[in-house]
Amino acid sequence: MQHDQRLLEDTDRILARNNHDANALIAILQDVQRKVGYLPIDSLRRIAETLRVPLSRVYAVATFYKAFKLKPAGRHIVKICLGTACHIKGGGEIMRAMETELNVKPEEATPDGRFSYEAVRCVGCCGLAPVIMVDESFHGKVGAKDVKQVLAKYS
Amino acid sequence: MDRFRTHCLVCTGTGCVSNGAFEVKRALEEELKRRGLEHEVQVVGTGCNGFCERGPVMLVQPEGVFYQQLRVEDVPNLVEEHFLKGRPVNDLMYAPTKKDETVPLMRDIGFFKDQVLVALRNRGRIDPEVIEDYVGHDGYAALEKVLTEMTPEDVLGEMKKSGLRGRGGAGFPTGLKWEFCRRATGHPKYIICNGDEGDPGAFMDRSILEADPHSVLEGMAIGAYAIGAEHGILYVRDEYPLAIKRVEIAIGQARNLGLLGSDILGTGFSFDARVVRGGGAFVCGEETALMASIEGREGRPRFRPPFPAEKGVWGKPTNINNVETWANVAPIISRGAEWFASMGTETSKGTKIFSLVGTVNNSGLVEVPMGITIRKIVFDIGGGIPGGRAFKAVQIGGPSGGCIPAELQDTIIDYESLARTGAIMGSGGLVVMDERTCMVDVARYFLEFTQSESCGKCTFCRIGTKRMMEVLTRICEGKGEPSDIALLEDLAVRIRDSSLCALGQTAPNPVLTTLKYFRHEYDAHIQEKRCPSHVCAALLVYGIDPDKCTGCTLCARVCPVNAITGERKQVHTINQALCIKCGQCYTACRFDAITRE
Repeated sequence: MQHDQRLLEDTDRILARNNHDANALIAILQDVQRKVGYLPIDSLRRIAETLRVPLSRVYAVATFYKAFKLKPAGRHIVKICLGTACHIKGGGEIMRAMETELNVKPEEATPDGRFSYEAVRCVGCCGLAPVIMVDESFHGKVGAKDVKQVLAKYS
Repeated sequence: MDRFRTHCLVCTGTGCVSNGAFEVKRALEEELKRRGLEHEVQVVGTGCNGFCERGPVMLVQPEGVFYQQLRVEDVPNLVEEHFLKGRPVNDLMYAPTKKDETVPLMRDIGFFKDQVLVALRNRGRIDPEVIEDYVGHDGYAALEKVLTEMTPEDVLGEMKKSGLRGRGGAGFPTGLKWEFCRRATGHPKYIICNGDEGDPGAFMDRSILEADPHSVLEGMAIGAYAIGAEHGILYVRDEYPLAIKRVEIAIGQARNLGLLGSDILGTGFSFDARVVRGGGAFVCGEETALMASIEGREGRPRFRPPFPAEKGVWGKPTNINNVETWANVAPIISRGAEWFASMGTETSKGTKIFSLVGTVNNSGLVEVPMGITIRKIVFDIGGGIPGGRAFKAVQIGGPSGGCIPAELQDTIIDYESLARTGAIMGSGGLVVMDERTCMVDVARYFLEFTQSESCGKCTFCRIGTKRMMEVLTRICEGKGEPSDIALLEDLAVRIRDSSLCALGQTAPNPVLTTLKYFRHEYDAHIQEKRCPSHVCAALLVYGIDPDKCTGCTLCARVCPVNAITGERKQVHTINQALCIKCGQCYTACRFDAITRE
């Protein structure tokens, strides 16, 4: 209950920071996701009510853009780049190694809540291909065998 | 204020940062202080230098000595030798391969030698977070010239004369686009910078925004004056946090100096800009989808006309150009349209930035004059293919582009020549592929991309790309039928003709170009059930070379299905009936003993 209360307060604060502007819907969702880690349905309801737009529109935007998640993610988000350069340099093998290592499906959190992972398309670091990104830091020229070592840096 | 004898320009672009550039910079500053040189040698963190492959890199000025692959432990010796004793350190300089002599000066390195920097003019030279650095390199002089000496019509004339064409991909003449928007009735007018760089394999816009954000702001302010706009929006991918941060810093600094805001430089002209973060949808690179996204809606393209010049964001006249286009504006005004038009070919003027990546020795960001050949980019600038392998193709233009085969490497870079091959200029991704790249797999890869990024509005794009991807997947799995080629060609034409926006219209290009130039690879997959490049997993057979296997047991331990058996220090074997062809043994083996055919 307390948790829900805090979520709504956070959402309200983010709405206020964006001047309750319906044009800023995407920015608002980005801010909520950054704060909470994903977009809880209660938060989407609050946004719809406050901005006076239908929940269906908020939901449409939240599901249209790849960056938004409706389920909780792990503490650290691992992004395996599958842009063209990474693809031809073995990004797919890293993806498979990650699957084996974390033993959950993409975008699902590991049971200990430490990681979730997903494939992304081009993070714009092709000179370092293949690249994986953990949160906001980049790890370049990694191979499938480096996966364990990279993950070990994050607790 | 100190007068420094030497400047160390440490690249702090994303590539170098991921290799420890900040740690090197800090170590350098501390070491210089320890040696009492902090008032003689200044360390500057610059934006992306382009040579990401060899990062972290550093340029020492005024000599122009280029250091690469720096590590924190190299710093004490570097400071002692170079900055204390004046002896540049050979070991840290660039050499094409380990056997070659080192090349001490940046201007002599093949990667830099043939580049002509216009949009990237300040890369690696200035601190992108310090506006004075930009101003010190003639920054905002073009804006001042425009506001004090030129009428909006003069600016439009100059832009049209320069021949600059949109660098986002389609190549529409920039001056003409501005003129449409100037003539449009409606108030207020908007200027948008499209920084939703989504093509996989392209990162020039990110680099410009990170290395020289003011060059984009200045271009936008000039465009706003020519068009009569007051509001600017920079739409930047949320995946580019550093670029967003630097643009926001730049906007704040420009406002403080009166270069943005009301009554700029006391001329009565007002223009302000803000950043909108993109939501992460490839289709938002399309201008009408991008505007929908700015308005807080799903980014789906709409029918044109009306064009954005008449009814754009919030129904107002809007002019949209991409990051690289905006960065070209100020030099055209300062140095003149004739200078710009003197570079390039008959129809394509100036320079173009390419992100040269893939299997090439020197990958990174390069800016070259239009008219250069693909061969020169791949071999002279890129240093050729690693390991002496054969050059097979370049993929230009991302998911909308195509694969140009090695036989056509003398094709020159301009909008029309590239279009004749079946590829497009696109935003400038240039991915080099060698003999180990399977072209059917590449086509499948791009279709997987476009089908998942299709916004779903047009049926042929939504379903057609999915059907194409299924056919290609089937071929890659060895289940292709001879009739599949005709099916792909048929789908390609229908998708191209029945899609509203460029995403769908160009989605078949990767398939059409690979069919045109690499038909034999399709045939090998379909008829012989064989992948000539050893890429398509289902068509590979893994084995163990008994001469190389040392019996270390590593492969048996990584095999997820226990298909590999063998005693310690004895040759191992793979049970083909159990093998799922995941390739983990191939990756894990330290003795190259796993074979795949």
